[in-house]
Amino acid sequence: MSREYDADVAVTAKTTLDAQRLRADFPIFEQTFHGKPLAFLDSAASSQKPRQMLEAMTHFYETSYANVHRGVYQLAERATEALELSREKVRALLNAPSAREVIFVRNATEGINLVAYAWGLSNLGPGDLVVVTELEHHSNFVPWQYIAHRTGAGFRMIPLDDHGQLRLDELDSIAREGNVKVVATGVVSNSLGTMNPVDRLAAWAHEHGAIMVADGAQSAPHMKMDVQALGCDFVAISAHKMCGPSGVGALWGKAELLERMEPFLTGGHMIRSVGVDDSTWGELPHKFEAGTAPMAEAVGFGAAIDYLTEIGFDAIERYEHELAAYALDKLAELPWVTSYGPPADRRAGIVSFNVDGVHPHDVAQVLDFEGIAIRAGHHCCQPLMRKLGVAATNRASFYLYTIPDEIDRLVDGLHKVRKAFG
Amino acid sequence: MGEFEQLYRELILDHYKSPRNHGLLDPADASAEGQNPLCGDEIAVTVRLGADDRIEEVGFDGRGCAISQAATSMLTDLVKGKTAQEVAEMPKDDLLDELGIPLTPVRLKCAILGLGVLKLALHKARGTPLPEEWGTSARDLVLE
Ligand SMILES: Cc1ncc(COP(=O)(O)O)c(C=O)c1O
Repeated sequence: MSREYDADVAVTAKTTLDAQRLRADFPIFEQTFHGKPLAFLDSAASSQKPRQMLEAMTHFYETSYANVHRGVYQLAERATEALELSREKVRALLNAPSAREVIFVRNATEGINLVAYAWGLSNLGPGDLVVVTELEHHSNFVPWQYIAHRTGAGFRMIPLDDHGQLRLDELDSIAREGNVKVVATGVVSNSLGTMNPVDRLAAWAHEHGAIMVADGAQSAPHMKMDVQALGCDFVAISAHKMCGPSGVGALWGKAELLERMEPFLTGGHMIRSVGVDDSTWGELPHKFEAGTAPMAEAVGFGAAIDYLTEIGFDAIERYEHELAAYALDKLAELPWVTSYGPPADRRAGIVSFNVDGVHPHDVAQVLDFEGIAIRAGHHCCQPLMRKLGVAATNRASFYLYTIPDEIDRLVDGLHKVRKAFG
Repeated sequence: MGEFEQLYRELILDHYKSPRNHGLLDPADASAEGQNPLCGDEIAVTVRLGADDRIEEVGFDGRGCAISQAATSMLTDLVKGKTAQEVAEMPKDDLLDELGIPLTPVRLKCAILGLGVLKLALHKARGTPLPEEWGTSARDLVLE
């Protein structure tokens, strides 16, 4: 009894987060830009890096570096162990059944391409449908559009309603147009912050015998992901958005599917044996990891997962909701600002907006002079921009090291924008 | 002078807020459109040519950031009276000198979008050469 009670206390204690204290872990904030402290509101593009992660990579290079899997000497063993330990950390992060199902890739984009090519090329054809959403990042849109064109399959988008949420009432009519074979969706939209009902889409996909592919690039940094609860077949994530290094990501896929798939990239390390006439493929996950792995990056990825797990994903998610709500309230006080997307309780820490009559580039430029980094553009979501009827938006995005003061500075900066261009 | 005033100097803001030669000419002897998909800047340029293919009138329309729109407005003043060939050979620095502001690589693309569209219009109408660095894909001008 008392043990359970203890566990409970431990869990609730983790639902708060001290961003001001966590900031000290991030060396980037020690600099100034244009003479001002950095207000970094572009974490959805890529997050900043904590010292703990950087040190883990340095430590690996200094003490354990050699090419993995191939050497018989002790150092190579140590490097292999470090890589495999990181694989296990990714497995735990996603609550995947087995580490064999975790494939290291360069980034989420490569993970999605892996599925599109290795599964799509041999399973899609005329009469089949690939279904994505109108919210999709180009990374989970273009590979599917391309493979659909190559195989003769149809390509459909689940449209959005006016709140930036998926119109699930359209699913039946989409299903009448062909054999739904792939459903691909982001878990969280990088433009609007919308959290998509992936579990429901997965159930629909499976009803039609389709595979469910989830782009977790924007959700993995911010919330607890459980691939089994989501009911997906594949999930792709990028380390760089979650305090890890650039150059590494992971694709999780169900072993039964991965085993039946052809390889994606071929070459060293992914083979069982190579003959003049033919070659055979290695076991999972190696079959999909051709060439030398991003070893130090994978170690950094593992350290980033440790860092985030220590803070607690519940705490991170809750904190980001608070920041999003705060920012949306503040922006709502400015009648010359239009913000896009769902209410704060249904979105992650991402706020897209426009200032009346001022192009996002000019907004971002003026804010830069104030030391505030936001993103201006189409956020790799041109179909969505078309839907919103804009060429581009401004996007402020938050993470565990964002403090409300940065949002206040954003609002002050917007007043300056308004003054200069209004 | 602050960084804001350096980039958005008064002349730039003036051209942005009251663009010169704004509005498309109809009929026109040459026309083209272009966009910078990165930031969504769009520009359309129309030209009327006189004797010796000299630019008599030029009109533009577009939407986008202050730099792209102001630079195109200044460009239209700059090229009036020049021949199509002269514009085709005009280095981008002629326009950038006129702008007289420090530009990062990203903003540089905004600044020269209008010039690119104008060169494309003349190329389509009069076969004047396109800048070599554009390669062969300049037909649909997209400055990425
Ligand atoms: C929702 C979403 N999907 C995919 C990606 C692509 O990530 P990466 O560039 O790391 O492959 C991003 C990052 O911008 C994203 O936000």
